[in-house]
Amino acid sequence: MGHGFSTLLYKEVLRFWKVASQTVAAPVLTSLLYLLIFSHVLEGHVKIHGIAYTAFLIPGLVMMSVLQNAFANSSSSLIQSKVTGNIVFVLLPPISYLEFFLAYVLASVVRGFVVGAGVLLATFWFAPLTFAQPQWIFVFALMGGAILGSLGVIAGIWADKFDQLAAFQNFLIMPLTFLSGVFYSISSLPLFWQHVSHWNPVFYMIDGFRHGFFGVSAASPWLSLAVVGVCLAVLTVFTLNLLKRGYKLRA
Amino acid sequence: MSAAIRIQQVSKCFGSTQALDRVDLEVDQGEFFGLLGPNGAGKTTLISALAGLVRAAAGSLSVMGHDVQSDYRAARRHLGVVPQELVFDPFFTVRESLKIQSGYFGIGDNDSWIDEILENLGLTAKANANMRMLSGGMKRRVLVAQALVHRPPVIVLDEPTAGVDVELRQTLWAFIRRLNEEGHTIVLTTHYLEEAESLCGRIAMLQSGRVVALDTTARLLRRFSTHTLRLRSHGEIPADLVRGAAQSGGWWSLPFDNFEEVEPLLARIRAAGCRIDDLEIGKPDLEEVFIRVMQGQAEAPVN
Ligand SMILES: Nc1ncnc2c1ncn2[C@@H]1O[C@H](COP(=O)(O)OP(=O)(O)OP(=O)(O)O)[C@@H](O)[C@H]1O
Ligand SMILES: [Mg+2]
Repeated sequence: MGHGFSTLLYKEVLRFWKVASQTVAAPVLTSLLYLLIFSHVLEGHVKIHGIAYTAFLIPGLVMMSVLQNAFANSSSSLIQSKVTGNIVFVLLPPISYLEFFLAYVLASVVRGFVVGAGVLLATFWFAPLTFAQPQWIFVFALMGGAILGSLGVIAGIWADKFDQLAAFQNFLIMPLTFLSGVFYSISSLPLFWQHVSHWNPVFYMIDGFRHGFFGVSAASPWLSLAVVGVCLAVLTVFTLNLLKRGYKLRA
Repeated sequence: MSAAIRIQQVSKCFGSTQALDRVDLEVDQGEFFGLLGPNGAGKTTLISALAGLVRAAAGSLSVMGHDVQSDYRAARRHLGVVPQELVFDPFFTVRESLKIQSGYFGIGDNDSWIDEILENLGLTAKANANMRMLSGGMKRRVLVAQALVHRPPVIVLDEPTAGVDVELRQTLWAFIRRLNEEGHTIVLTTHYLEEAESLCGRIAMLQSGRVVALDTTARLLRRFSTHTLRLRSHGEIPADLVRGAAQSGGWWSLPFDNFEEVEPLLARIRAAGCRIDDLEIGKPDLEEVFIRVMQGQAEAPVN
């Protein structure tokens, strides 16, 4: 990876950091509100895998923030560059499609990590948290962030207008992340919805991530790792192929 | 020595629009080359194909001998493009934009060159201003600066003077001329034909995606445009002169090729008892050439 890659990564990180109140502080506040509302209603009524509800909820909120913000970063950066036309600044230089992909995805992961860390900092004193197997926390945050970052690249390239991107976000990303067991354990669902949830890759990201905190989860972390790994591999190949063909970027 | 730009049989369609139709063009190193044509002729499309922003459907393009597809890294390193659209990244200052653009080209330590560019384009005072705060003309200057950060041997400017004031035009052209004298190849598109006439050594004219004229500026002018003697007079102009002349608003325009013809012309007018009230000599101009080429009056041999 050359200087072009590191500059593009730096530029993408600087871009969201310059407007951190929107890109970092706002999502942290949103997660904090979720925590206050849901834990107020449910704390003391629900225990999951023997864990108090608030403690269960916090890793879910952290991971949801990681995922949503990773998606938001690459997708909004690309669509803004396309709509304003300044995408030419990255298309004119000798940056390979692989460097392009990695820079956008890694910047998304960084944004996801920064927001996720912010949410963790803002919420961890509401409940006793443990870090039973921290390597899982890192692995799932990284892979989940990369998956959503890739999806963001795809959506940002595909969408011609902001409302198309909003549709992608509202009809795909939001349902997938909200229906993944962030706010509840899927074992509490009726059997049918449990089966449906098992087809949602985001469920495995959240479940594996949570396993890192408590050492218990609905699915084995190894199964989750396999599912998430396959998703990442498929998306990477798909996105690289789009970029290689110059889909919508190089007419 | 490889050509600065070599374009061979390049075609490109957008839906049913044939934007480029088997374009052949070669620009030598060190040239100051003009690419002219009416709106929609395909100038920007050709530049985009050269820059890899658009993929040609057929044909091949190379920059300094590097194919823009198979050897795109080298091709792009040798090329600096000033886009026609006034684009900018609102997140950054002028200097940040230039540093970042340098980094994309693999350059990390060119601060003195950036300072020099800023100085030459009259941007020094705005170096730390956010892009959003700049006027349109200032943004255009930054766009030029961004194309130059990696010192490309081939510089393509797509209507760099659209909507900018006299001062920038002059500073910009002085700077671009200097770069040309230092050996950079310059390709320019513009709708200001006097600009092209004074700057470009060679000119290609594009119409509906095809090259309809290609020659040195001097030869184009000579071939499609003449000098004219324009005069206002008391009395009738000799009948044999009237045939080649045109009249409008009390002025007669008499075409001639060489200055030696002027004296005999005047002598004959005087001999016919005609008094000249006013007189001027019109030079051949590119506008006339352009109009005649576009009207298809002039079968332009493409060499
Ligand atoms: N992305 C595109 N999609 C569809 N048609 C396009 C696209 N880009 C250019 N065209 C069409 O291709 C033709 C050539 O356009 P181009 O922009 O190259 O012209 P130009 O010579 O640069 O004109 P101008 O002097 O107005 O800048 C036009 O008919 C234009 O409408
Ligand atoms: Mg154009």
